[in-house]
Amino acid sequence: MAEKSKKISIWDAKIIRRALLDSFRKLNPRVMMKNPVMFVVEVGSLLTTIQLVRGLVAPVPSVTDTLFELQITLWLWFTVLFANFAEAMAEGRGKAQADTLRKAKTETIAHRLLASGQTETVNAPDLRKGDIVVVSAGEFIPGDGEVIEGVASVDESAITGESAPVIREAGGDRSAVTGGTRVLSDQIKVRITSNPGETFIDRMIALVEGAERQKTPNEIALAILLAGLTIIFLLAVVTLQPFAIYSHAPQTLFVLVSLLVCLIPTTIGGLLSAIGIAGMDRLIQHNVLAMSGRAVEAAGDVNTLLLDKTGTITLGNRQATAFIPVGGVSESALADAAQLSSLADETPEGRSIIVLAKEKYGMRGRELAPHEAHFIPFTAQTRMSGVDFDGREIRKGAVDAIERYVSELGGSAPAEMREIVERIAKEGGTPLVVAEGRRPLGVIYLKDIVKGGMSERFNQLRRMGIKTVMITGDNPLTAATIAREAGVDDFLAEARPEDKMALIRREQAEGKLVAMTGDGTNDAPALAQADVGVAMNTGTQAAKEAGNMVDLDSNPTKLIEIVEIGKQLLMTRGALTTFSIANDVAKYFAIIPAMFMLAFPPLAALNIMNLRTVQSAILSAVIFNALIIVALIPLALRGVKYRPMSAAALLRRNLLIYGFGGLVVPFVGIKLIDMLIHAVGLA
Amino acid sequence: MTLNGWLQIIVFLALILLVTKPLGLFMTHVFDRERTFLDPVLRPAERLIYRLTRVDETREMRWTEYAVAMLLFSLISMLVLYLLQRLQGALPWNPQGLPGVEQGLSFNTAASFTTNTNWQSYVPETTMSYLTQMAGLAYHNFVSAAVGIALAVAFIRGIARREKETIGNFWVDMVRASLWVLLPFCLVGALVLVSQGVVQNLKPYDRAQLVDRNVTVEVDKKDAAGNPVKEIQPVTEQTIAQGPVASQEFIKQWGTNGGGFFNANSAHPFENPTPLTNLIGLFSIFAVSAGLTYTLGRMTGSQRHGWAVWAAMAVLFLAGIMATYWAESRGNPQLTGTDQAASAAQPGGNMEGKEVRFGIANSALWAVVTTDASCGAVNSMHDSFTPLGGMAPLVNIMLGEVIFGGVGAGLYGILIFVILSVFVAGLMVGRTPEYLGKKIEAYDVKMAMLAVLIFPLVILVLTAVSAVSPDFGTSQLNNQGPHGLSEMLYAFTSGTGNNGSAFAGLSANTSWYNTALGFAMLAGRFLIIVPVLAIAGNLARKKPVPPSPGTFPVTTPLFTVLLTSVIVIVGALTFFPVLSLGPIVEHLLMNAGQTF
Repeated sequence: MAEKSKKISIWDAKIIRRALLDSFRKLNPRVMMKNPVMFVVEVGSLLTTIQLVRGLVAPVPSVTDTLFELQITLWLWFTVLFANFAEAMAEGRGKAQADTLRKAKTETIAHRLLASGQTETVNAPDLRKGDIVVVSAGEFIPGDGEVIEGVASVDESAITGESAPVIREAGGDRSAVTGGTRVLSDQIKVRITSNPGETFIDRMIALVEGAERQKTPNEIALAILLAGLTIIFLLAVVTLQPFAIYSHAPQTLFVLVSLLVCLIPTTIGGLLSAIGIAGMDRLIQHNVLAMSGRAVEAAGDVNTLLLDKTGTITLGNRQATAFIPVGGVSESALADAAQLSSLADETPEGRSIIVLAKEKYGMRGRELAPHEAHFIPFTAQTRMSGVDFDGREIRKGAVDAIERYVSELGGSAPAEMREIVERIAKEGGTPLVVAEGRRPLGVIYLKDIVKGGMSERFNQLRRMGIKTVMITGDNPLTAATIAREAGVDDFLAEARPEDKMALIRREQAEGKLVAMTGDGTNDAPALAQADVGVAMNTGTQAAKEAGNMVDLDSNPTKLIEIVEIGKQLLMTRGALTTFSIANDVAKYFAIIPAMFMLAFPPLAALNIMNLRTVQSAILSAVIFNALIIVALIPLALRGVKYRPMSAAALLRRNLLIYGFGGLVVPFVGIKLIDMLIHAVGLA
Repeated sequence: MTLNGWLQIIVFLALILLVTKPLGLFMTHVFDRERTFLDPVLRPAERLIYRLTRVDETREMRWTEYAVAMLLFSLISMLVLYLLQRLQGALPWNPQGLPGVEQGLSFNTAASFTTNTNWQSYVPETTMSYLTQMAGLAYHNFVSAAVGIALAVAFIRGIARREKETIGNFWVDMVRASLWVLLPFCLVGALVLVSQGVVQNLKPYDRAQLVDRNVTVEVDKKDAAGNPVKEIQPVTEQTIAQGPVASQEFIKQWGTNGGGFFNANSAHPFENPTPLTNLIGLFSIFAVSAGLTYTLGRMTGSQRHGWAVWAAMAVLFLAGIMATYWAESRGNPQLTGTDQAASAAQPGGNMEGKEVRFGIANSALWAVVTTDASCGAVNSMHDSFTPLGGMAPLVNIMLGEVIFGGVGAGLYGILIFVILSVFVAGLMVGRTPEYLGKKIEAYDVKMAMLAVLIFPLVILVLTAVSAVSPDFGTSQLNNQGPHGLSEMLYAFTSGTGNNGSAFAGLSANTSWYNTALGFAMLAGRFLIIVPVLAIAGNLARKKPVPPSPGTFPVTTPLFTVLLTSVIVIVGALTFFPVLSLGPIVEHLLMNAGQTF
């Protein structure tokens, strides 16, 4: 876990240094064009710069105010640079992570298996899809692939940051291995499944670096809105000059560009791409790789969450919770027998029986070796296990198996036992019957344990308008009990993969968006069908390819966090857009009276902030407009705080903070800046 | 402001509230082609129309087809009106022998009536023959209103439908709007107006000898050097214009047209003779548009959303009337020593340019209602309002004619703002914004922004060109300074908003203003309609998302506040700079003692 705590901070000095440099590199107009709002600012800055230089070369002393013009020009450039800096900061952590990943991609040597059975040594980049390589302990796995023979423990910390080794074995759902990870023990044969440049690590580098970043649907829609607003303000400012001329109060280029830059939504325009990048980055910090930003946005829209019962809602294994004796047997005798029969049982259920006996009856695990104990392992034929020692024959197993065993020995099960077994089944538990010889001793109550805090989370999801559906292979009775206990809205019992698929299709037909997690090859079609399909990193290659996200921690509960991150991403954009537009009101009250107070002195009535001079009013508005971008970078990177609540409550809250706040803050900010620059004597 | 004045305003709004549901329900039945009590009479007429025009009433149209049908229909009706004006000298029902109308004015008037603007650059009683008034102008009063209603209904269908390619049949919607929503009400309404004294005849104009022989009139003349001068002339005789007024008067308001039969419009005693006709006029301006909000709620299955939209309109209306009524009652602070207080003997306040029959409250109310609703009929002279009192009507139009708005146009106009509000605020609840279950995506935002862009583009650019062009722009102004700017701004705002009311003070019957305003009216109507229909078509295709607690609520008071704020902020941000150089600075200068 040491590596995991070594998360890179956003405020790492190295990241900031690189971001500062990048903000200048991003001034390239071809890059700026992608962001129409900031491109307008750049063009404006360029125009004022040219005008400034012309003024310096051929000054008209009575008209020009060089100090003011210089300051305006500088602050306009700062506005562009600050926006670039925000974007560079958002990219920073990803870039740093990409560097680390690249190191993991060091040139490895592979042992390719030839048809003859011999191996040849080749460089990893020469491997192609379908090649088979042998990897031994201590070696790096040369490419993505599937284990076709053997089992090994693998260190995947290069990708997941998790230093505990994981088991990879041929067949089943744990066969996928990733290039750049290291085999710690044993030897495996791996069939390579991707060509160089298309490997998981390559994709991951591209993702964290943001190289493949495409604008997401909502981002495009918002960019259109912002471009539209920019055009409206462009019209308002460009036509203001004729009106000013009509009113005998023509304005200088510096003032007009200042007004324009203050009005167009530079705050959100400058932070928009940073928000998107930061959203993806937040997912990566949660060890989730989203294959597209579209998937992250879709996560915010999810209406239905499909959650596998085992491992997600319940702890994954049934646990013994009670011993229920029958036929006058004492509870401790039953516990004793149950514990004895489970001493050699390595299954989680078996271990939980020992633990329960220990906790409830103080029975310590005993050493049976001196007693010449003989353990009977569980088989599919007998469907029971047990122990023979000191002449005692203790068996435990499914009710029908034990009944048969007992009756073969001439005993019989009491009616009360049947009742207990039925009751347990009805309650969603699993009954295990214990017998000693021909005498049934009682029933062990095995129960699915719902993880702590789950019903709380499902409640939150319900408030967010998200329906949770539990998927389980259990019978409907058991499923219903667990569903009730966990607080999910619905369940799908005795679910086969095709049932899951049908459920997803049905939900989607109603217009709902469905999210699910999965790891097996069986899950692949459903993962592909779901709007958000999160594949577990431990899962098969097929599952990973079908989903649109991969959870490196293989933690199915993370789906809930993913939904929250998706929502946060949209909320941050909406909040900053509202804030940005609300800001304009104050800027109008700063700049418009300043522009026309000389021609129409009574307009001073609109100068409600009581700004000192014409120059200082305009300058303050421009400075505020630039600084607010910097001030909001942390918010853009962190995202607006998301609290699970109804949309109506959320809207009220955010409108108050970002709408009303956006109205008030600039009045205060501009006034303060005005006082400051007046005190310093800059205007 | 008086209690009596406020009571009249409240009674008016209460009447609108009362008519919303029944009229909205009626229109829902009409456009869902369900049975109404008028069917026995109107169905045969409708079927006959379809048989003659070979329209298959069951065939539905995609939005593109709908748009093309609407554009072609409008184009042809516009051409017919143009020709009718040009040729009226040779056509019947012209007892005054009025000559054909000049081409620039004919274009302007044709554009004006086709777009439901009814801007009048001319004096009707000395320009238009009875035939042109009835077959040309009154015809457009009906069909331009019917087109507006049809478009609003098509838009509502777009929201309500799920995974459909079509949004209705333009011809059917238009015919049903005319036959069910317009004609029957106008038939009854016109008769009520006649009972109140509104004339309805085809007689030549009457002449009356004045009893008072000392009446003179100031006439604008140019002296030998070409400078404008005033000349005093004696008046002994008065011409009393006549005509088929009542039949045109009711549809003028019911269809939010606003083009007066006479130049004095609703201030003329033959158009608006009594307080009752004044109230009927006000009521009929808002009625259909208010009803359509109910139709919206009904057809989309979210009645409370319809009321939330209604409430946003009502809030904006109240803001407008408060501002205007306050400003006009306050009078002119520079008139010191004059009693401007309201009393039993006088209305008080700023009575310049107002009918004594209507006083401050009813003049202010009419000015606000007519500009809220893109009607444009006037019963007072907006040019003579105080700067702020005149700014309120101007701002009403600038906000997009969505405060109840023109019939149909008001609804689809406000729905554009609804989409933008839902988009911005919808993001804030952390989901892809959705409106009544329909996701609002890039295409919808693009079309909504295109529609919103038209107002600043046309209004600001054309006003700016006029403001810096002494030859053809500012030379037509009666006043200089900020007030002159308001006059130009109002003209282009009124044209683009398809309002048609004149601030006056601008001689607009020139080739620049006729052409530019004609263009403004066409752009303000059709360049907005096409993106509106595109959104309707796109929404109809979408699969609705079922509502959940995570859905953005569009039925709450909070939504009403949000929608109102978005409308005000978009309008204010766009027009604040020019307003600050127009009415705002004029107001401040007036307080400082300078008038224009």
